[in-house]
Amino acid sequence: MASTARRDAPEPPDFGILKRLARDQLIYLLEQLPGRKDLFIEPDLMSPLDRIANVSVLKQHEVDKLYRVENRPAPSTSDQLCFLVRPRVRTMRYIADIVNADKMSGRSRKYKIIFSPQKFYACEMVLEEEGVFGDVTCDEWSFYLLPLDEDIISMELPEFFRDYFLEGDHRWINSVARALQLLNSLYGPFSRVYGIGRCAKMSYELWRDLEEESENDGQGRKPEIGNIFLMDRDMDYVTALCSQVVYEGLVDDTFRIKCGSVDFGPEVTSSDKSIKVLLNAQDKIFSQIRNEHFSSVFGFLSQKSRNLQAQYDRRQGMDIKQMKNFVSQELKGLKQEHRLLSLHIGACESIMKKKTKQDFQEMIKVEHALLEGFDIRESTSFIEEHIDRQVSPIESLRLMCLLSITENGLIPKDYRSLKTQYLQSYGPEHLLTFHNLKRIGLLTEQAAGETLTAVESRVSKLVTDRAAGKITDAFNSLAKKSNFRAISKKLSLIPRVDGEYNLKMPPDMAYVFSGAYTPLSCKIVEQVLERRGWQGLEEVVRLLNGNEFAMADGAPEDGAGGDAQRVVVAVFLGGCTFSEIAALRFLGKERGCRFIFLTTAITSSARMMEAMAEAKA
Amino acid sequence: MSRARADEEEYWHSSKFRAFTFDDEDDELSQLKESKRAVNSLRDIVDDDDDDLEKVSWSGEPVGRRNRLPSLPSLSDAFSDTGVKNYAPELRRPRAEYKDYSNDWSPRDTVRRMQRGKVCSLERFRSLQDKMVLLDEAVAGHDGNVITAVLIFLKRTLRREVLFRELEVRQVALCHLIHFLKETGEQKLLLDLLRFLDRTEEVALSQYREHLNIQDVEKKREFLKGCIGLPFSAEDISHIQDHYTLLERQIIIETNDRHLAMAGQSEIFRKYPRKASILNMPLVTTLFYSCFYHYTEAEGTFSSPTNLKKTFKIPDKQYVLTALAARAKLRAWEDVDALLTTKNWLGYTKKKAPIGFHRVVEILQRNNAPVQVLQEYVRLVEDVETRLNLATKYKCHDVVIDTYRDLKDRIQLMAYKCKVERGSAEEEKINSLLSNMQIRWKN
Repeated sequence: MASTARRDAPEPPDFGILKRLARDQLIYLLEQLPGRKDLFIEPDLMSPLDRIANVSVLKQHEVDKLYRVENRPAPSTSDQLCFLVRPRVRTMRYIADIVNADKMSGRSRKYKIIFSPQKFYACEMVLEEEGVFGDVTCDEWSFYLLPLDEDIISMELPEFFRDYFLEGDHRWINSVARALQLLNSLYGPFSRVYGIGRCAKMSYELWRDLEEESENDGQGRKPEIGNIFLMDRDMDYVTALCSQVVYEGLVDDTFRIKCGSVDFGPEVTSSDKSIKVLLNAQDKIFSQIRNEHFSSVFGFLSQKSRNLQAQYDRRQGMDIKQMKNFVSQELKGLKQEHRLLSLHIGACESIMKKKTKQDFQEMIKVEHALLEGFDIRESTSFIEEHIDRQVSPIESLRLMCLLSITENGLIPKDYRSLKTQYLQSYGPEHLLTFHNLKRIGLLTEQAAGETLTAVESRVSKLVTDRAAGKITDAFNSLAKKSNFRAISKKLSLIPRVDGEYNLKMPPDMAYVFSGAYTPLSCKIVEQVLERRGWQGLEEVVRLLNGNEFAMADGAPEDGAGGDAQRVVVAVFLGGCTFSEIAALRFLGKERGCRFIFLTTAITSSARMMEAMAEAKA
Repeated sequence: MSRARADEEEYWHSSKFRAFTFDDEDDELSQLKESKRAVNSLRDIVDDDDDDLEKVSWSGEPVGRRNRLPSLPSLSDAFSDTGVKNYAPELRRPRAEYKDYSNDWSPRDTVRRMQRGKVCSLERFRSLQDKMVLLDEAVAGHDGNVITAVLIFLKRTLRREVLFRELEVRQVALCHLIHFLKETGEQKLLLDLLRFLDRTEEVALSQYREHLNIQDVEKKREFLKGCIGLPFSAEDISHIQDHYTLLERQIIIETNDRHLAMAGQSEIFRKYPRKASILNMPLVTTLFYSCFYHYTEAEGTFSSPTNLKKTFKIPDKQYVLTALAARAKLRAWEDVDALLTTKNWLGYTKKKAPIGFHRVVEILQRNNAPVQVLQEYVRLVEDVETRLNLATKYKCHDVVIDTYRDLKDRIQLMAYKCKVERGSAEEEKINSLLSNMQIRWKN
């Protein structure tokens, strides 16, 4: 990364090919079942599908009716049924029920299951057990990568987070490795690879394995992307747990951006209907405010409105010819701008209204206190009151997790009392949520008596290869000790500012949290890219529990290698927040490099908390 | 139900999906341009390709450039010539695969082939040692799908105790089996495994979890009763006990109240019809309900707030907060007053709020309390600045005026004069204060 002269960041590569590839493959798979057919789609796949194909494309390939895969018998009368699904046991049972019901009634149809992004053996096992293996044909739709924006690619696998970090299941690592292989073959070869985290390392190794046996070595091709950085979500939970205050993050926290688009309800549109809006670089208003701190957004929007008004006003005093020109050339653009402007103003108003109701200001104050580590008692009582008043269950949980991670666990007395009050306010079944949070290390209780380090050193003596397995949960929770305070100090995550932090012209990435905290994940990326490796970061790595790596395969020297060396794919395994995206975009602008975000899914504190709840079967 | 509770319920549990709409934002022209650009950018890659490479079509069969399937779009065609061919689905098994059944792949190769989605027979791994080598290879290969596939095979071909014993020292594989059993719903085997591992707390939680799937409340109550004896941690046992007791109470209250509401005799149910059943609601919501519909009942009845408070050891703070919200919603201001009044041993009364009077004011205000009621509590807000803010915001003129008087702030008092109505009692009060020679103003 060039840190000397400020250069413009290179343009991002064109990721449209990824969409096209996915679409073409889907069409081909549909054609494998010639003739008219009904298509059953997994709800989770609808939005991603929406982004690459539309109904008419499906109709062209003889899809008759569309159904959602859900827990209800399907009314389809077609002779051919096609299922577009994620590889899940429960979906297999749903399909098997349909097939078996047909068999019972003596009906014969053709069935095809298309798994996306890949098939699991466990699914086939269920089909076999249910006695329908062979009655259905199975295919894979290798739809690994969905470009959500010019610099964001999502795998749309929100379940990755729970499956890997809570359940310890490695089922998606192969998908990640294949996604990396695909990206590398289209836009690489990547010359430098960095990473930290157990999953990052495994994904990297499996990807290397795949590359080794593929005949394509990519030599002689001019790469568009030179660097890749892989990171596990559990390297930094703190950032993901903070309230977001950049515009895109706030919109996500308030309205939920789903697959790059958002439904603005009547409270935003100031009409009686909802509008679905695509939020990306093509939206000329949004693209200018998405990365801004919320406090700067109003000013920008009102300035824009004034400009727009002025442009409209030019009509007065126009003669017929000028007017004709105006209508034919400018009016459409102005109208479009007007529409977008009023939507984002509406969104801002709605955000303000909701946040004022929630004591947002006070909450942010508490968060900042937790990050800096002072007034712990006061923060704890704030959280307690939040719970007692039955304010959002998700917010309460989030604050407790933030308290726990920043303090390396709650003191037992607080843990018990907060848990009891939480169960009383939001329901006793959340006992299960607490258990999950403890297992994943998001909400833990400090070990009473012995200091952690003493236990740790004793345990580490016990750990030999064979014995490793014997050591139970106690050790697991120790291993996940967050050490946030020490890391924060080492990396100076809390900026020292004299006077007011300038949010309009921010000096660093901390602006995404109002200047109170630099996102840890982004700071690690910055440091490693700057040092071209982990040298000098040994202590930080130790505090993060290691698993770091850095490889340079024939990487060109400084200056050589062209623009590709200034393009970095930041891979977030377990999800990435819009605040992190904004922070790295800022860093990219500062350093003249371009970040491309590859994430298993866009995440947020709410999504993470929800993933920890136990649902009905 | 209690504030925003309904919203939150939905937020937390919602798994509904929106109506299915495909909207095509791109117009045809830009699509065309995009395709063209994509195609052009591909040309380099395609042309650079080594011609000796075996060409593979979507079907996985080797093909020459000439006999491509005509139905294939040109783009995917271009890709099948490059390294991307790995992404083509194997729609039909390539002929080469059939030899898997006869050939002996090493454990490592078996795992590698399975990682690539190929069918491999595992039947020949018969000795325990072979099986474990295979499992360890699968774990070393990092692909959870393959690890699970091997576990499915092991589960079928090993006695469970033998499998459990081997997994005890293989944590990664163990996690996969546990997750697999959870997903397939093999609860009995899962519990056996957890017991074997001495993870008693997980045994208890895993059984408790099943209550989520029981619809019928009577059955659920019986089930929860059974959960009380499970090996939970000491702390959790009391939570489980409370869960059972709560549902038991709710069933009694629900039966009674449904009856009352149907009979139409009770005024409160007529005036404020119940919007939802109280079954399966959290304790605090139940308390709110009880404060709303059963406030005056004696402690002896199950539905009375005091009974709930005692049974579940609800802290004072929580109780006052909830009762206040319920009574304010009914605009029962005397109840609010009584709730916040305490008597000392001499019989003097005093206002006390364990939650802070600013919260009291907030709750009352949200329920549109009249100014006379509101100002009594605004006056009690300890922090002067907060008190002034609240009093100004809610137009409690008397409190503002008195506070400025106590602060001896003549300037602020004068400034406030323009905020009260002309000729009102408040204006008069300000005037009389300003002309009172006995006050020593600080400014």
